Amino acid sequence: MSEELVRLKIDDIDVRVPKGTKVVDAAKQAGIDIPVFCHHPKIESVGMCRMCLVEIGTPKRDRSTGEKLLDEGGQPQIEFWPKLETSCTTPVSEGMVVKVSSEKAIEGRKQILEFLLTSHPLDCPICDKGGECSLQDLVMEHGSGESRFLLEDKKHQDKHVQLGDLIVLDRERCIQCARCIRFQKEVAGDPVLAFAERGRNIEIVTFSDPGFNSYFSGNTTDICPVGALTTVDFRFGARSWEMDATASICTHCPVGCNLMLNTRREARANGRQVIKRVMPRQNEQVNEIWICDKGRFAHHFATSEERLTKPLVRIDGKLIETSWKKALEHAAEGLKAAGEGVVGLASGRVSNEDLFNFHTLLKSVGGRAILSDSQAGGELVQQVGVGKGTDLGALGAGDAILVIASDLHEEAPIWWQRVMGAAKRGATLVVANARKTRLDDYAGHVVRYRYQEAARTGLGLLQAITGAKDLSKFASDEPLKSAAKALTEAENLVIFCGVEGLTYAESKSLSDVCAAILVETKNVGRAQNGLIAVWPKNNTQGAWDMGLRPAEGDLEKAFADAKAVYIMAVDPVGDDPSLAESLEGDRFLVVQELFMTPTAELADVVLPAQSFVEREGTFTSGERRVQRFYPAVKALGETKADWRIITSLAASLGIELEDSSAAAVFLQIAEETEAYAEINYQSLAEFEEQWPPVGEEDLYYGGTTFKNRQGLGVQVAPAAEQDQSLKIQWSAPPEFKGKKGYLLVPVVELYNRGATVMPSENLHPRLASPVLWMSLKDAKSIGVIQGAQVELLLDGRTEELQAIAEEGIPEGVVLLGRGLGVPIAEPQYVEVRLKA
Amino acid sequence: MSLMGILRGLWAALLSMFELLRGLWTTFRSMFETPVTYQYPEVKRPVRERFKGRHVLKRYDNGLERCIGCALCAAACPADAIFVEAAENTDEERYSPGERYASTYQINLMRCIFCGYCEDACPTEAIVLEHQYELSFTSRRDAIYTKELLIVPVPEGGKPTPQNVPVGMFNRAIPEMKDPA
Ligand code: SF4
Ligand code: SF4
Ligand code: SF4
Ligand code: SF4
Ligand code: FES
Repeated sequence: MSEELVRLKIDDIDVRVPKGTKVVDAAKQAGIDIPVFCHHPKIESVGMCRMCLVEIGTPKRDRSTGEKLLDEGGQPQIEFWPKLETSCTTPVSEGMVVKVSSEKAIEGRKQILEFLLTSHPLDCPICDKGGECSLQDLVMEHGSGESRFLLEDKKHQDKHVQLGDLIVLDRERCIQCARCIRFQKEVAGDPVLAFAERGRNIEIVTFSDPGFNSYFSGNTTDICPVGALTTVDFRFGARSWEMDATASICTHCPVGCNLMLNTRREARANGRQVIKRVMPRQNEQVNEIWICDKGRFAHHFATSEERLTKPLVRIDGKLIETSWKKALEHAAEGLKAAGEGVVGLASGRVSNEDLFNFHTLLKSVGGRAILSDSQAGGELVQQVGVGKGTDLGALGAGDAILVIASDLHEEAPIWWQRVMGAAKRGATLVVANARKTRLDDYAGHVVRYRYQEAARTGLGLLQAITGAKDLSKFASDEPLKSAAKALTEAENLVIFCGVEGLTYAESKSLSDVCAAILVETKNVGRAQNGLIAVWPKNNTQGAWDMGLRPAEGDLEKAFADAKAVYIMAVDPVGDDPSLAESLEGDRFLVVQELFMTPTAELADVVLPAQSFVEREGTFTSGERRVQRFYPAVKALGETKADWRIITSLAASLGIELEDSSAAAVFLQIAEETEAYAEINYQSLAEFEEQWPPVGEEDLYYGGTTFKNRQGLGVQVAPAAEQDQSLKIQWSAPPEFKGKKGYLLVPVVELYNRGATVMPSENLHPRLASPVLWMSLKDAKSIGVIQGAQVELLLDGRTEELQAIAEEGIPEGVVLLGRGLGVPIAEPQYVEVRLKA
Repeated sequence: MSLMGILRGLWAALLSMFELLRGLWTTFRSMFETPVTYQYPEVKRPVRERFKGRHVLKRYDNGLERCIGCALCAAACPADAIFVEAAENTDEERYSPGERYASTYQINLMRCIFCGYCEDACPTEAIVLEHQYELSFTSRRDAIYTKELLIVPVPEGGKPTPQNVPVGMFNRAIPEMKDPA
């Protein structure tokens, strides 16, 4: 970005802004409001609405010499342009004079508003935007107060157009600002909206099938300056002023988007406080002012009535409701009897406080705490993760990003969006995967490898970068070489390392290789550089930081060796039914959960936990930013926060854990975890002003995204910031073992059918289907016609599925979404045959 | 006791006798006046047209509810007495014209101060403070008037809600206003 400053005068205030700034933004920076509808600070301006009209003058110059002409006072003479200008499309220039509040400008804007209102319905009382509507606000401030147009002349248009499954359009309310269209094209990379017709008949249409199927569609409702776009989730749910707002963090993926939960007591829910809508909360370094539709719509699990509300113990083979005291006593007895033979299993879905207590408890009894998320590299992120102050939004020309073994669009949509943005700003994007993903379209280098060769491909890159002899057997071909060159030349390098198609062992060697590449290219230990693991859960990194480690692919054995198993926030049996056997028998099983999962059904004691909206805590995002979330609604039934349950259980075992508050547990975390030493609940709640301004009086400028007043979180510095001499030992991946049949690869689908998605019925029409994807060639050889039923033989089970052949899928491989009802733990060889 | 004292006593007695008679006279006289009091509850004094009593929710002639669930009454209410929850109409199940209706409407009459601001705020003249003033409750819960209690009966010729109506017939939430000129 050019730092050349330009001086101009806006309403007699001297302003200095970087060259290229638009007048409207310059005014905003100087604290002068110019009303806008179509301009948005995050989208290219087009000058559609004419709301931002101002008078603009520039210094008069002598035609022959080009010198500025001065008046008697020695001041430059200003020549005002003959007409009012749109300040959103006019870049600043040296010596420019802008009049925002001159009579002419005010009158001009008044007329524009009058025009806009000629066809606007009188909908404010029933409009979801009422109370936070730009048109309402600007008419109150700049409008004329009375109409000279005949109401009978209003143009009436469709009021309930189901633009997509999640978004409803009211054509009458639309003021044709094209913010939604431009957002989809520029920010979301999903140009599925457009104008149709012309003049007064102009209307918003979608041309995707199914309609408006972007993962970012909800954001258009935030930036639509009127109530033309509404979500099915919130539609007529409440008036904007009636709700309370609580800061939170999204729990659906490792991006850790900042949220605001709007809640209200509801008669329909028997007077319970419920979440009416989920809104983005500004954090320019994490999610800017956007969130994906999963974060926005898949919140119903957290307040679902299907949740466990009371502790259960197994008596005579049946799970019976009981009191906390009895349940805890019973659980403590069982754990005590197991002595050191206790195995704990937890996922990265719960907070740092929960995981810390969990780990401490298991350590104290001499047991083992296992992380269920089967992906390696947490300790590497601790060493060479992205540096403090990393902002993907600042990556651009000269920088490089490598995305390997991950489909970011499905796994972490906001990262996808930010990586795409960086690529558009000129960063070199290298996408390495075994199949085509949506990021390929923005990639400078696409590296295609065969499943099971991800780590080898990484080593090939490393070889091309270092030229190391011991790597020569991985020597790379041309496309890999040029990708390696791009990575080496980059000023800054961020690597996103995923786990698609990898076993745990493969994931381990791939993450080693990624870390080694960063170290070799010296892209560690500073902001905008480092490793980001695309974790399966929102707080997997936090779980590593709290000391939990994966079972390295040997969960079954760990269970089999255990005398008692304590499971928190994960459903191993649901994910892999073959594990049921190893959990049955006289192994004592305690399950701490939100729902009655298949694992919980096997338990001896079931402890009902609170969801993230009912309690406070912290999560650590994939970029290793520790962020705080706050309690938004009253807890359901007798549920308790996970960390508190563990504290009580520990007390029954004679172990003393912190029991006063989550903040106090965090103090202990800070004491025992070096990287977290400087962090506490106060520092996590600190914030600063961010650009663009959102969520205040001037909603018309940035949209209805909430301002962040509850904390931007603290990014933890990787060890490499202290120790530059770090060496990473790469390991050769396990040998490729040729097996028979097709390689079944589980892939991530954003809208899966897991327990945290299903309770959100709005998303049901968008859920991914359990279909088997295969290459056209394989389909032919199996004899599959598009959509035919096939049988899948895995783990001695037979699953019946629909098969769909598609281009871009490698041969010999079949893909199946995770969490769609067919459990698959790791990639494995299967037999596929046509259903008789 | 001096003579003076006796005289003074007599005079006082006389005076009080006079007062007594005057009082009795007043009482007697009033027997022939028309009474200002009413034999409540047998007889009720009619209230003024603009009297603000208990609210009712109005209907249109065809039976559709006027209330569109906008909660502006609740927003205007200084006593926070009103609670509205809205839902969306369909042509098969239509409660009010337009898209939105009140699925829950409650007024806590123990909070209400009968100021009538809700009436002023209502864009469809749905909520009106009428003439009912006999409000006594034996429990707090009884003081909360629900939509069922507040809404007026279906007028003659109208149909009860929800109605199954022809598609697109009632797509305006707020009745078109006259040209202001
Ligand atoms: S729907 Fe909203 S954002 Fe889109 S053009 Fe209309 S007013 Fe603008
Ligand atoms: S990108 Fe991830 S963290 Fe952000 S809203 Fe979507 S699921 Fe939640
Ligand atoms: S009359 Fe006044 S106090 Fe009573 S409900 Fe209406 S606005 Fe509220
Ligand atoms: S009574 Fe009137 S103001 Fe209140 S919700 Fe109904 S329509 Fe709106
Ligand atoms: S024309 Fe400038 S804001 Fe629309």
